[in-house]
Amino acid sequence: MDLIESYKEELKLIRKPWTRVWVGAFVLLLILLPWFGPEHFTYTATVIFIYTVGVLGQNLLIGYTGQISFGQAGFLAIGAFTFGHLSRFGVPWPLALLGAGILAGLFGILVGFPSLRLKGPYLAIATLGFGIAVYQVFVNSELLSGGRMGLSIQKIEPVFGLSRITFNYYFNFLIALFFTLATYNIISSYMGRAFIAVRDNDIAAEVIGVNLARYKLLSFAISSFYTGVQGGLYGLFMGYLEPNMFTFMESITLFVAVIIGGLASVEGSIMGAAFVILVPQVFSEYREMVPVVYGVTILIVLIFEPLGLYGRWFKMRLYFRNWPFR
Amino acid sequence: MTQFLQYVISGLATGSVYALVALGLALIYRSTRILHFGHGDVTTAGTFFAFTLLGLKAHFIIAFGAALLFGAVLAMAFYFCVLIPAQRREATQLGQIILTVGLGLILQGLVAHFGGTEPQSFPFPLSDTRIYRLGGLVVSQLSLGTFGIGLLACLLFYLLVQKTRLGLAMRATSENLPAAQTMGIPTRQILALSWGLAALLGVLAGLFLAPALLLDPFFMLEPFLKGFAAAILGGLNSLPGAIVGGLILGVSESLAGGYVSIAFKNTFAFLVIILVLMVRPEGLLGEEFIERV
Repeated sequence: MDLIESYKEELKLIRKPWTRVWVGAFVLLLILLPWFGPEHFTYTATVIFIYTVGVLGQNLLIGYTGQISFGQAGFLAIGAFTFGHLSRFGVPWPLALLGAGILAGLFGILVGFPSLRLKGPYLAIATLGFGIAVYQVFVNSELLSGGRMGLSIQKIEPVFGLSRITFNYYFNFLIALFFTLATYNIISSYMGRAFIAVRDNDIAAEVIGVNLARYKLLSFAISSFYTGVQGGLYGLFMGYLEPNMFTFMESITLFVAVIIGGLASVEGSIMGAAFVILVPQVFSEYREMVPVVYGVTILIVLIFEPLGLYGRWFKMRLYFRNWPFR
Repeated sequence: MTQFLQYVISGLATGSVYALVALGLALIYRSTRILHFGHGDVTTAGTFFAFTLLGLKAHFIIAFGAALLFGAVLAMAFYFCVLIPAQRREATQLGQIILTVGLGLILQGLVAHFGGTEPQSFPFPLSDTRIYRLGGLVVSQLSLGTFGIGLLACLLFYLLVQKTRLGLAMRATSENLPAAQTMGIPTRQILALSWGLAALLGVLAGLFLAPALLLDPFFMLEPFLKGFAAAILGGLNSLPGAIVGGLILGVSESLAGGYVSIAFKNTFAFLVIILVLMVRPEGLLGEEFIERV
């Protein structure tokens, strides 16, 4: 989309000096938010950070690799409950979070195997089946789900004398920032280019030497690692877990976030995560209308702006950059 | 042995409902290559429409007929107002599937808004508690009726597809779209009709499920997913496959619930999906995929 003249320029995270200014301003705003914004904003932003991690992972899979998945709630549940059980055994949280991600990633590889044979709609059903099977296993097994009362998780004690809400905000902000940068690195490396090649034409990709099996499975593994970590973070944030947090609707929410935010864009994933969190908050008076808003937005996005919110934003930027020419 | 037959019979009744849902999904997939993720919600909307009419003291036959028509019109309107504009803008196959997800979300929200989220019981002419005894077997009036209507609908559908000019046009359109167009078949109308028919079969299933379950905006989610499993099991491309798949799934689910564990009953269908897709993705009666490079 931008004109890129050298590989070095391609690898740059920020290409225009002005972009540097507003990205800097945006990050500064986020850092200052807990001190000046109302507590309610801080709380919402924390949830958006948590979702950003999962949406980024889902976007790597759907947007970059072109493999559809309706089973993200399954990975979310696996990540969250792994984290819950590990932290109950007294494992420190960084290791528990890593464990949640890795176990979800292993299941991702398992679910990825059908993707080697199945395409498009068939893969959608296979992953959907997985998501719901995981949910029902958790519902039916009290040992895994922690019984009727749910699984309670000990929250991290705030450090540096911060309030709990502020601490949670910075904690999740740093983790979301880490995963955002990691995603930028993945997509500008060989791996990311291989993903995009698999999406655009898998046979052509195999002909020019991309190992199809490896990169499809890798994409599933990375995506579900992200989702697993999101599950762990969510559990840590809420302080308790129950299977009903991970219904089919949760998969749809993550999916909607990717589509509305914009396929194959990191900024779009963040916008999508913000969208799916903010819409239910704005429409809190009419809770049952939230799916309608999602649905209408999907129809509008797919028919008029296939690149989603990011595409719209990108075109606006382009317009102002070239102003008064067009 | 009696117990075994009992499980088989109750499985056949639920299986015929799955078969109706699966038939609709297979019909849409065969003609437009779209997996209709909003099918369950179209069905729910139709059933709620019948419920509203019944609340206004309409006769059962009128209410049910109107509901079937309502579902069909809804699906056809979606095809004409959303899918065709999207296809004109060259939406990908994945994009079209996502559009059906969008339709499902919209309908789900609207049904919840206008119908309420409280579970309600659905008045029905056939009763769930009146039972007939055949030897040692017990059959409720409702499941007997469900099975009968399911078989009748499948039979009528078969006659429509195989014995009429309209059915010939439908088969031609799903076989080869450009060829059908050059032969002068109004393919767009035929495809819209397929969508309408599929929704009609779905609403029929919903009407017979609603008295057995309680009516709430999400009551079709599970039967819809099972219908999906049934369609996959029989082969998404094959209409007889959908019926066979539905009946097999219904019976085996009932047996699994009876002999293994009742908790296992619901998970069973999803294991079936994954297993079938791993071992034989084209399904029992489907044709094998051959892809040109």
